[in-house]
Amino acid sequence: MSDQQISLMAHLLRRAGYGASRDEIEARVAQGYDSVVEELLTPGDDPGIEEDLMYRAYPSYFDKAAIETGQTEWVYRMINNKYQLKEKMSLFWHTILCAGDNKVDNARTTAIQIDKFRDMGMGNFKDLLMMLSTDPAMLYYLDNIESHKTAVNENYGRELLELFSIGVGMDNEFNYTEDDVKACARAFTGWNLAPTIPVFPYGRTPFEFRFDPADHDYGEKTFLGETGNWDGGDIVDIICKQPATARFVARKLYDFFVADEPPVPSWRLSEPRDMDAIKQLEKAYFDSGYEITAMLRVLLNSDFFKDEGVHFAKVKSPADVVIGTMRMVGDHLEPKPGLFFVAMEPKYMGLDLMNPPTVEGWHMGREWINSGSLIDRINFASSMLGNTELPGVKSMINRLMDIGETPSSEQFLDGCLDLLGPMDLADETRGQLTDHLNAGGALKHGTEVEQTEFARRTGETLQMIATTSEFQFS
Amino acid sequence: MVSTVKDPVLAVISLSGGNDGLNTVIPYNDPRYRDYRPALGVPEEQIIPITDQLGLHPALAPLKKYWDEGHLAIIQGIGYPNGSLSHFRSMDIWATCEPDELGITGWLGSVIHDVDPTGENVLTGVNFGRGLPRSLAKEGVPVASVGNLASYGLLTDIGADAQRTEALDLFGRMYAPAIGQGAVDDYIRRTGMEALKGADILSTAPGMYRSEIEYPSTAMGGYLRDMAQVHNAGFGTRVLFTTAPYNIFDTHANQAVGHSNLLQDVSVSIDSFMADIRQLGKSDNVTLFCYSEFGRRAMDNGSGTDHGTGGVAFALGEHVKGGLYGEYPSLEPGKLEDGGNLQHNVDFRRAYTSLLDNWMGLDAKAIVGGNYEDLGFI
Repeated sequence: MSDQQISLMAHLLRRAGYGASRDEIEARVAQGYDSVVEELLTPGDDPGIEEDLMYRAYPSYFDKAAIETGQTEWVYRMINNKYQLKEKMSLFWHTILCAGDNKVDNARTTAIQIDKFRDMGMGNFKDLLMMLSTDPAMLYYLDNIESHKTAVNENYGRELLELFSIGVGMDNEFNYTEDDVKACARAFTGWNLAPTIPVFPYGRTPFEFRFDPADHDYGEKTFLGETGNWDGGDIVDIICKQPATARFVARKLYDFFVADEPPVPSWRLSEPRDMDAIKQLEKAYFDSGYEITAMLRVLLNSDFFKDEGVHFAKVKSPADVVIGTMRMVGDHLEPKPGLFFVAMEPKYMGLDLMNPPTVEGWHMGREWINSGSLIDRINFASSMLGNTELPGVKSMINRLMDIGETPSSEQFLDGCLDLLGPMDLADETRGQLTDHLNAGGALKHGTEVEQTEFARRTGETLQMIATTSEFQFS
Repeated sequence: MVSTVKDPVLAVISLSGGNDGLNTVIPYNDPRYRDYRPALGVPEEQIIPITDQLGLHPALAPLKKYWDEGHLAIIQGIGYPNGSLSHFRSMDIWATCEPDELGITGWLGSVIHDVDPTGENVLTGVNFGRGLPRSLAKEGVPVASVGNLASYGLLTDIGADAQRTEALDLFGRMYAPAIGQGAVDDYIRRTGMEALKGADILSTAPGMYRSEIEYPSTAMGGYLRDMAQVHNAGFGTRVLFTTAPYNIFDTHANQAVGHSNLLQDVSVSIDSFMADIRQLGKSDNVTLFCYSEFGRRAMDNGSGTDHGTGGVAFALGEHVKGGLYGEYPSLEPGKLEDGGNLQHNVDFRRAYTSLLDNWMGLDAKAIVGGNYEDLGFI
């Protein structure tokens, strides 16, 4: 199998999932790219992990009363879900259709929303928006529970258009008017929560959706040029047929899976990075009747996705750093103590799962990096990759021994980079690492003593590669 | 009055979870206190009186001497209009001064920016804890987050000193050149060098610190000890921040013992910190501010207390004018807010204004988002 095939498969598994061990990458190359894509696009109905085992080992996951419990469970699924694309789509939608438990203050309800993203994230966009519009965490987060027939709160109605579906504008035009926002908000009046149970002493019970007909505005509304006695469902129908909605979903998918795009508010004036790619995705959106999987099928099979120019063109999100590293080193592949500490890492790196900074979600790309988060990213990845006891690292050591009896520093470094990506380094960086390896003497592994030293130096080299700026890209 | 202290330092402690103000500064002469707190009332003989109406919780005994010296300001009934009973929302509001919008810029992030607009010193603001608290967040403002000073830095997993030095050396050489791999890569390299510089400087702090003062062996004790060391080292750090472990003041149940331990931890840690920097001769330019996102329900629930609104905050320092600020919220049933919460009468942005205008010498208005009357404790 060629280097190019390995590279492409690694790229696919990093983007459409959280990466894979070298063994899996090779097996997937043997399976064939098209077949792997199809497998990613058609997950089974089962949860993708052994839920029984997980709940037995971590009973608290069954009833996620605290937000950290929900975060830890999610991280477990990210590492272990065999339906990696389906799992990644739950994060994709969370970063767009985001509600924050910092306001909802009901960890159970917030975690249920994520489960819904996982279940429906590869389905029809219309179903997803209907789910969102009846989702208790969202209705609470964006104040729809305060939106009444006689006193409309526009928060949800506005963000549904601005951040969740249509976007403020495209091709230098505005996509909707303030009157559309008002009509939209009116259509969602009475979309509320059932009365809640007092929080003490058992904590909050999950909120439940309830439609209150007495509080709904049944009057006539004009929304995006169409007039009728619209309710929320009609609004979602009208939203889904807009060209701007196709553009929105296409651009979001491109941003997440292909290459970093600027944030939504600038989309009215900023052209997509690759308009031709966006057009292909828009077409899939309409041809399929708003099916996300159809769009993903076009995307993952496209030349613009496979293009080497977009490999490592995205700054890793904290989830990519943490989960990607865990999958590379093969740790926490089954329930065991210590997962909590791994699960808190994305938060230290700026991705506090289920607590987005605002309804706009996280600013991604280079904004993931600041001096504090970079220290955490480097320390986490390098401590894991430097741990020669972990199965994934052991396997890398064995593979490196196969290069030859006394590999040169260059060969050894190339071997390490190949196993960590395959990835590349700037010449200057490569030179520094080679000099360092040269200074350490020959990389022999004949005797037991030499093998121990070889393993140590492998750990050290992997650790140093994990500190590079190149390693920050996916 | 605006203080003329050179290079004033603001140390902020957030008591995350909602500290029970009513059992922190106790209106022991108000019979309603006993009515509201059948299960959690602090026995009168244990309360430490500071006026004929108010007394401190016994666990705050270590702070009494600062009150007696006139260096402890107690801000009563602190909060903001339409107080949110959600921890996270309320913390956000205190952090960003944005009660109506979800803000993203923290007030202390703005302070760091205003003190050091060009970001010359990567240690102008230091957080003790992990992650970046919202209070310190501002785009383009570097903040070091120190979980544990003794082991802070890059590649801390490498145990052997010689090896680690070598690795850090190599890191520096790999990051130093801007090699034109693109704007984002250059940015990461620059940030990496900043992080290395910050960590390098911070790692020298423990070596400069000589002290016999004991701190509690708790997270709070550790953070305040690290804070004293960084302050002592004179790196030009002007904002020090820490927060009590996640939501720990959220005493819905078993509050009697739990809350007492928490207050004990905070007051002993603060006392250690103050004693420490006094002994080091470095207390003159420090003002400490301690707050919580809200107070708790007036009526106890038999075991603990639920989320409330109006609470209590403290300012402590050599230049703090000790005393009571604001009014103690009325316990009259008719004067309680919806659901039985103490009404606030001091907006927290007034306290920030006093700290920023009078202590830090900055323009508070721009940072807290409006004109708030100085409370006068500095």
